[in-house]
Amino acid sequence: MYRYDEFDARFVAERVSQFRSQTERRLSGELSEDEFKPLRLMNGLYLQLHAYMLRVAIPYGTLSSQQMRALADISEKYDRGYGHFTTRQNMQFNWIALEDTPAILEDLAKVEMHAIQTSGNCIRNVTADHWAGAAADELADPRPVAELIRQWSSLHPEFSFLPRKFKIAVTGAPNDRAAVKFHDIGLRLHLNEHGQRGWEVIAGGGQGRTPMVGVTVRDWLPEAELLGYLEAIIRVYNLFGRRDNKYKARIKILVHETGAEKFRDLVEEEYARKPGSGIEVDARELERIEAYFGGPNFEVLAMVQPEFEQDKLRGREFARWVRANVSAHQMPGYAIANISVKPVGGIPGDATAAQMRTIADIAERFGNDEIRVSHHQNLVLPHVRQSDLHEIWQVLQANGLGTANLGLIGDIISCPGLDYCALATARSIPVSQALSRRFSNPDRQAEIGPLRLNISGCINACGHHHVGHIGILGLEKKGVEFYQITLGGSSATDSAVGGVLGPGFSAEEVPDAIETIVDTYIALRMDKETFLQAYRRVGAGPFKEALYAAA
Amino acid sequence: MPLLNQREFKADPWTFLDTSEPVPSGGDIVVPFERLVSDFKTLMLHDGQLGVAFPNNLPVTELEPYLQRLQLVTLDFPAFTDGRAYSQARELRTHFGFKGELRAAGNLLPDQLGFMQQVGFDYFEIADERFSLDAWLDAATSISLSYQPSFTSRSQMPISTARGLADTSAPDAEDWPEQPHYG
Repeated sequence: MYRYDEFDARFVAERVSQFRSQTERRLSGELSEDEFKPLRLMNGLYLQLHAYMLRVAIPYGTLSSQQMRALADISEKYDRGYGHFTTRQNMQFNWIALEDTPAILEDLAKVEMHAIQTSGNCIRNVTADHWAGAAADELADPRPVAELIRQWSSLHPEFSFLPRKFKIAVTGAPNDRAAVKFHDIGLRLHLNEHGQRGWEVIAGGGQGRTPMVGVTVRDWLPEAELLGYLEAIIRVYNLFGRRDNKYKARIKILVHETGAEKFRDLVEEEYARKPGSGIEVDARELERIEAYFGGPNFEVLAMVQPEFEQDKLRGREFARWVRANVSAHQMPGYAIANISVKPVGGIPGDATAAQMRTIADIAERFGNDEIRVSHHQNLVLPHVRQSDLHEIWQVLQANGLGTANLGLIGDIISCPGLDYCALATARSIPVSQALSRRFSNPDRQAEIGPLRLNISGCINACGHHHVGHIGILGLEKKGVEFYQITLGGSSATDSAVGGVLGPGFSAEEVPDAIETIVDTYIALRMDKETFLQAYRRVGAGPFKEALYAAA
Repeated sequence: MPLLNQREFKADPWTFLDTSEPVPSGGDIVVPFERLVSDFKTLMLHDGQLGVAFPNNLPVTELEPYLQRLQLVTLDFPAFTDGRAYSQARELRTHFGFKGELRAAGNLLPDQLGFMQQVGFDYFEIADERFSLDAWLDAATSISLSYQPSFTSRSQMPISTARGLADTSAPDAEDWPEQPHYG
C-alpha cells in the first residue's frame, strides 16, 4: 500500500479547502452552475437523475482495511448505507447532498483518499491489474508506476481542460487484466534480454459509441522516459483532439481520423522537441514510491498446504468457491481470494456498509490489510494463506459475499442504467438481476464455464458491453426499452469488440434469448472450448439461426 | 479591460489594432496573427514593441518566424473549458524559449489562474468584472504544492523539491580517494 508523505497529505488538504470555497461560492450564487460544473467534476461530483453522485478515487484499485471502513462510514453518514464499486475500480455514492461534499472529502483525506479527477475532461484515476503484486504470471508490480502517474497527473496544469476525459491503465503481467487496449493510453510492461524494464505504449483504445482497440505507439519505452512520452501524447491530443462534437472528442477518434502512422509521427515529433528538463522519471523518486508501498511480509510456506487440500475434499461448496474464485499467487502456500460482489439477483458492484466492514476485518486478519477493487466490479484479497481460505470463505458466506461465480455467467458487469444515470436510455440493473436469477444454479454456471456477460444502459458503454463475450446494450425507441445483443468481445489479451447479432429484444425476452445463445454454445462446443473460443471458431451464424430462425 | 498580473489590476499599456486600424507612429501595439503575417515587413520596423493575438486552433510553430521581433503573445480561451492555449503557452515557453509577455485572454475563471501561471502565462485580460482582486489571487494560491516539477510558478512549490528539502537522511558517503587500510 502506498502511504502518503506529509506533502501528499498537504496537497489533498489544500484541495479540500479549495473545493469548500468553490462550493460556498456556488451556494451563494457567485459561481453559475455552468462555471461550477467543471470544478465539481474534477472533484468527482456528478449531478445524476435524482441526486448528486460522488465518485471516490481508489487509485489502481488498492484499499486498506482502514480506507474500506471509512467508505462504510461515509455510506452510512451521508448516503443510504451502501456504495457501488465501478468498472474503473472506484466507488460511487449515489445519494449525496452538495452541502455535505466538502465534509465527505475531509473524511476521505483523513484516510489518504480523495475524489480528484474521477470525473471531468482531465486525466482520470489510473487503473491497474487488480492482482498486481500477487499474480503468478506477473513480471513486476505495476503499482509504483501507476502511483507515479497518479502524482504526475494530479492537477496537471496543462491537461485539466482536455477535449474529453482521459483514462490510463497499467499492467505488469503478460495476461491482460487491466484492459490496456481499451484505454486512452494503456501501458504494458516488458523486460528485455538484459532484464531492463520498458513499457509498451498503446493509445487510442476505448469503448463508448465508437469502440476501438488501441494501437501500439511504442513497443518498448525505457521507464525513465515514461512521463515525458505521456506528456507528448496528451499534448498532441490537447492541441488537435476534436472539440466540436463531444462524441468525437476522445483520443481514439483523433488516432482514427489522423491515421495511426501519422498520429505516431505527431507524437514522436512533439517528443523529439524534448519537453524540457525535470520530466524524466527520477529513479530515486520511483524507489521512494516503491519503499512507501512497503510490500507484504510473506512467510515461507510449503507449496502444498495439506489442511487446504483436506478442506476442499470435505466440502463441495467450498471446493466450488475455490475453483471459481481463488487464483494462483506468486508465493508458495498463498492464494488470491476473489470476492464476488454479484450475489444471485443482486445489483452488480453494490456493497452495504456491513459488507464493507466484514471485508475490512477479513483483510486485516488474514490478508495483509490489503483489498483490491477489480474492473469487473468485484473485490480481491490479494495475499491470503491457502490454509486460511476455508475460514475466510465461511465468513464471506455468512455475509452474502460467498458467491462462487467469478468469471462465470453470473459475474455480470452492469452500469447503473436508467435507475440512476442521467445519460441512460434503458434500465440495466433489473436486466442483470433477471439474468443472474435465471443462471443462479452454480452447477449450471460451472458447466457453462468462463463467460463474460456485460450490460450497458446506453451507447456510452459504461457496462462494457462491447467487450463482453456476450454483450447487452439497452436502447430506447419511442419510449420503449429494447436490448441489442453482441457476441465475441473481449477486454483481455485477446481483445476484440463484439459484433451485433441482430434485432433487439424487450427486457422480458432477454433472459430467454441469452439462454438460447448459451444452449447453442453448449450443443456445438468441442472438448473444453470456452464460449469465446467456440464463437471464434463458428462465427455468429449458428447463434443467429437459433435466435431468429424460428420467428 | 483590466489587466491582471501576479499581484494587481493595472491599465493595459498596449494598443490592440484589428485587421484594418492604421498603425500609430509609435507605442506598443498588438495585432491579430493574420495581420502580423500579411504586414510583417512594415510591422517589424514599427517604432515600439510588437505583440500578436494568436488563435488557439493553429500550431504555435507558425509563430516561430516572428518570435524574435515579438515582445508579447496573447493566447485565446474562447471558452474556459477549451484548454488548447495551455499547451500552446507551454510550447512557447519551453520549445521556443519565448521570454516575452504571455497573456491569457477570453473566458477566464479565478480557479484557472494557478494552472495558467504554471504553464507560463504572466498577464491576464479580465473581461469579467464579477470577481474581486482577492478572489483572483486567493484562487491562484489555494494550492501551494505541485506534482509537476517542470511546471513552476511563484505560488507553487514542486513537491519533489519539498521532498528533497525534507530529506534528512545522510547523503551517500563519497568514495575514498585512496584506501589506506588496503593490504
